[in-house]
Amino acid sequence: MKNIVLIFAGVAAVLLTAAMLLTAGWTSPPIQTVQGGFRGLSIGQLSTKESRHVLQLANTLPDPIDPAEAGGKKATDVYKNVQVLTDLTEAQFNRVMLGLAAWVGGEQGCNYCHNPENLAEDKPYTKIVSRSMLKMTRHINKDWSHVIKSGVTCYTCHRGNPVPANIWFKGAPPKSGGFAATNDGFGHPNAFNGSTGLGEDPFSGYLDAKEPIRVQSTQALPVNFGSSIQDATRSYGLMMSLSTSLGVNCTFCHNSRAFSSWEQASPQRVTAWHGIQMVRDLNINYMNPLLAQWPPNRLGPTGDGPKINCATCHQGASKPLLGVSLAKDWPELGGGAAH
Amino acid sequence: MAMLNFEKKYRVRGGTLLGGDLFDFWVGPFYVGFFGVTTLIFSVLGTAMIVYGAALGPTWNIWQINIAPPDLKYGLALAPLKEGGIWQIVTVAATGAFVSWALREVEICKKLGIGYHVPFAFAFAILAYVTLVIIRPILLGAWGHGFPYGILSHLDWVSNTGYQYLHFHYNPAHMLAISFFFGTAFALSLHGGVILSAANPKPGETVRPTEYEDWFFLDSIGYSIGTLGIHRLGLFLALSAVFWSAVCIVISGPFWTRGWPEWWNWWLNLPIWR
Repeated sequence: MKNIVLIFAGVAAVLLTAAMLLTAGWTSPPIQTVQGGFRGLSIGQLSTKESRHVLQLANTLPDPIDPAEAGGKKATDVYKNVQVLTDLTEAQFNRVMLGLAAWVGGEQGCNYCHNPENLAEDKPYTKIVSRSMLKMTRHINKDWSHVIKSGVTCYTCHRGNPVPANIWFKGAPPKSGGFAATNDGFGHPNAFNGSTGLGEDPFSGYLDAKEPIRVQSTQALPVNFGSSIQDATRSYGLMMSLSTSLGVNCTFCHNSRAFSSWEQASPQRVTAWHGIQMVRDLNINYMNPLLAQWPPNRLGPTGDGPKINCATCHQGASKPLLGVSLAKDWPELGGGAAH
Repeated sequence: MAMLNFEKKYRVRGGTLLGGDLFDFWVGPFYVGFFGVTTLIFSVLGTAMIVYGAALGPTWNIWQINIAPPDLKYGLALAPLKEGGIWQIVTVAATGAFVSWALREVEICKKLGIGYHVPFAFAFAILAYVTLVIIRPILLGAWGHGFPYGILSHLDWVSNTGYQYLHFHYNPAHMLAISFFFGTAFALSLHGGVILSAANPKPGETVRPTEYEDWFFLDSIGYSIGTLGIHRLGLFLALSAVFWSAVCIVISGPFWTRGWPEWWNWWLNLPIWR
């Protein structure tokens, strides 16, 4: 009996060691590091040739669409039921429709949002959604400093998919029972919380409302009870998701000796702060109001609609599409990048 | 400094690795030897460079003096003196001094005819330092990956390096190192406690012999590792702590560039429960 146990334990140990060494995804030199702060601070971003290659492949650009010819009739004079793109000419309007079909339509193309029998009809539901999304795109390009240089197009998030690959829903309440009834969603590593044991849904409240993300002490020694551990884990979960979304580590924005200090943080933290404000604005004013439009299969486990987080645009790159501006070729979608 | 009459027995000639009889003498209680001389030279050079670097810097506040390594752009080349060159010289001097000290310990062991356990143990500490400022920087391709010499600045380096991998406590080698450090402290406190309990009795009571120490642990946990064994265990725990510390930092960067929490996906992805 003892021998059997020993053999079993030995085999298990060998298998686990093999799995650890062979499947964990180890890298090897050369490693490229981009220094982010004063020398010796260990602030910087690491990458390998392979990881940069993977990122490059994940950020291939769509085929360009020729610019619209100048002049011509206004779209509102040619088509019925034009409500958002009322300032465009017919040529510009058609160009946007071509873009939408390629970037968002997926295999169905135009028919994903249009009834082919009657293009002016407000059905299927995706037509209503896309109208709201066009408003949102123009709002982002016009009003948000976060994207001032590059701007966004539908492709920034959709990448050819009707539903962007990176969205989030409110987490389902814990299903566990008995002694584990109050696990608060902890202990379930996922892509959002950076494979940690932090909460499963680090977004609710922070990205669909305006809860402050301020758990760091601003003093060296504790003077009161400070933040609760629940708030701390939630905000750390959110920060983990930011890291994963942008493909960066904590030192991209923070000097970890004083997380809360803006004076010691890198300029990227300011950009990120505006990004968080932008995501809140978009979820509150564009995504949440669409709730009535979604069919059941588009809803989350608690009945909410899909929402935006940093990964929706960034998709693992610190600059979406590795900093290439598509919006500069799309004056139809508004914004400073086009001028 | 007068020498006690029995000390002559331990002050024997020979056993030197280098220098023959040239430095085979004592200064007061200290054996000198060739490596005592090199230790002194390296220490004075390194300390002088640190003082020079501090003089160039903005402060004499002992906490804030910072001798930082070069920018990453200098790679593995020599950097200008005031932009990390001082750090490079200090690193050479420190490594030279530490290795000299270890070799001086070897010579002393040879003179006394004892084992090399002490220099062997000290070599692990040197290994940890060399891993941080030489091996890992070479693997990452720049001296700038070494830690800065400064009381607060090296702590900032540690903190930021940890956060470059999101959550360093998920580093498996770091887990082992921490466990061994705790284990070392635990074993040392048990050992110190049991020795004092038996060998340092109240006034009027007698010293209890060794088997009382054994019996304490036999009665409490059913096993005593023994008088020699506890020292073997202590050395093993301490050296393991240092060894895994060196491993945990050398794999961070050269062999793992992402967050350490993500490393554990190999476990989550085991075909048993995937």
